Amino acid sequence: MSEPNKYETVVGLEVHVELHTESKIFCGCSTAFGAPPNTHTCPVCLGHPGVLPVLNRQAVEYAMKAAMALNCTIADISKFDRKNYFYPDSPKAYQISQYDKPIGENGWIDIEVNGETKRIGITRLHLEEDAGKLTHVDGGYASLVDFNRVGTPLVEIVSEPDIRTPEEAKAYLEKLKAIMLYCEVSDVKMEEGSLRCDANISLRPYGQKEFGTRAELKNMNSFRGVQRGLEYEQFRQAEILDSGGEVVQETRRFDDALGKSFSMRGKEEAHDYRYFPDPDLVRLHISEEWKASVRATIPELPDARKARYTFEYSLPSYDAEVITSSKKLADFFEESLGYTKDAKAVANWIMGDLLGYLNANGLELSDVKITGQGLGEMIGLLEKGTISGKIAKTVFKSMLETGKRPQQIVEEQGLVQISDEGALVGIVNQIVEANPQSVEDYRAGKEKAIGFLVGQIMKETKGKANPALVNKLLLERLK
Amino acid sequence: MSITSKDVEHVANLARLELTDAEKEKFTEQLNAILKYAEKLNGLDTESVEPTSHVLPITNVMRADERRESLPVEKVLLNAPDDEDGQFKVPAVLE
Repeated sequence: MSEPNKYETVVGLEVHVELHTESKIFCGCSTAFGAPPNTHTCPVCLGHPGVLPVLNRQAVEYAMKAAMALNCTIADISKFDRKNYFYPDSPKAYQISQYDKPIGENGWIDIEVNGETKRIGITRLHLEEDAGKLTHVDGGYASLVDFNRVGTPLVEIVSEPDIRTPEEAKAYLEKLKAIMLYCEVSDVKMEEGSLRCDANISLRPYGQKEFGTRAELKNMNSFRGVQRGLEYEQFRQAEILDSGGEVVQETRRFDDALGKSFSMRGKEEAHDYRYFPDPDLVRLHISEEWKASVRATIPELPDARKARYTFEYSLPSYDAEVITSSKKLADFFEESLGYTKDAKAVANWIMGDLLGYLNANGLELSDVKITGQGLGEMIGLLEKGTISGKIAKTVFKSMLETGKRPQQIVEEQGLVQISDEGALVGIVNQIVEANPQSVEDYRAGKEKAIGFLVGQIMKETKGKANPALVNKLLLERLK
Repeated sequence: MSITSKDVEHVANLARLELTDAEKEKFTEQLNAILKYAEKLNGLDTESVEPTSHVLPITNVMRADERRESLPVEKVLLNAPDDEDGQFKVPAVLE
């Protein structure tokens, strides 16, 4: 085992994000996910001879928008190049990408790890086309190729080697995902492959300036997987260095199930991609006017929104971070505040009951029917004492499933809290008379006995009794 | 700059071309002749000349993001060496 803190880890990430245009980057085929194999293909994306790719303007604008949101400088002149390699997922035997004139360069994002803010540099963001999907069959001797994904527009976002820990890598990915969602350039579903991540990782003794030899880690298919893959690789490289060995520069595949990485041999040659300008695609001239019109479409981004929540609503930093991590959640939060002033209460319901329910059931906010207005109105009913906290839980659950307004749920299910003394006194008396033993216990000093009596009253009223009032009436009766 | 027989082998390998020794020798000669011809450019002052990636004096040729009909799968697969379940079937490339 390597002694801790002997080596400093250096990580740079390459993230591919699919842009959610309607059609592919160079032809009119649909980009919709999940269609039967090869039904979204045409002579252009299948790379037939004599076809001509025509650039999708929306893809360019999404890439510009993403680059701007990552604080990149946008190129005045950009162009497309061919990256040449043979692999069955690429029908043309080259990928149209960008080599020396990417859409954006020299950007950054801020991440927060253990309460500290750190800036991670973005080297570049470029536009390219996605490849097809392979399924291995016949015991691994043959592959089936589905070209539906070929030509889906992608941005590749390359970070500077500024990341120092697996946690920072995870925080970087989460921030990147949030920014892409805010900009509405991608739906960023890792399970559908619309965000994919490769990592370059090396170790060096603390104090050493030069980077160590790096390994490229591929095939990490969740944020957790990236963190685990990097943790494993840190450990593997430290062991090699400790035993006086040398890390080999290579591409390694991470196996999430086994929690280990494996060398992908024979790829050295393939890295010679012989880029050259694609003669089928003319240059892009990105004017200041065009840049300004795209910049105008960028909404308030997560960091700005988080700062506003802590300032305007006095939310704790942690709450603001969780809520602004998703634009939909933040919009939901703000919608609620149109119906109640209690921002902290809204935050608590969102972080506790709402996210708890979504996470437990593997759902997204768009999968449930509750609205921000519904939550705001429900908190209003709580404030007025119309419903109790216990009933609110029932109302909340009903809103998740039906999307009905809280007032309607309360009326339909007869959930209005009983806050009328006259109505409760009778029940209090009835329960006290039916439970002489508990009454005696309480009078003998067993304070806990009162809890049992309260429970019986709540049961009798199906949870609708105002708990504060029940306590008050019970104490008076037992005096 | 000159091209050696090793460079030719490397490029041929990347392009999945199998060359005989005679061909390697021939292409080494021909590629060197081409490079030599291009070297004439070194005699010019290109300090203030932008690299040319395209000869056409046009920029920003783009289309709107609109879907168009794709090909029927039967036609897509006409060029497949082999197919199965609506997909192209190829020998696996082992990594």
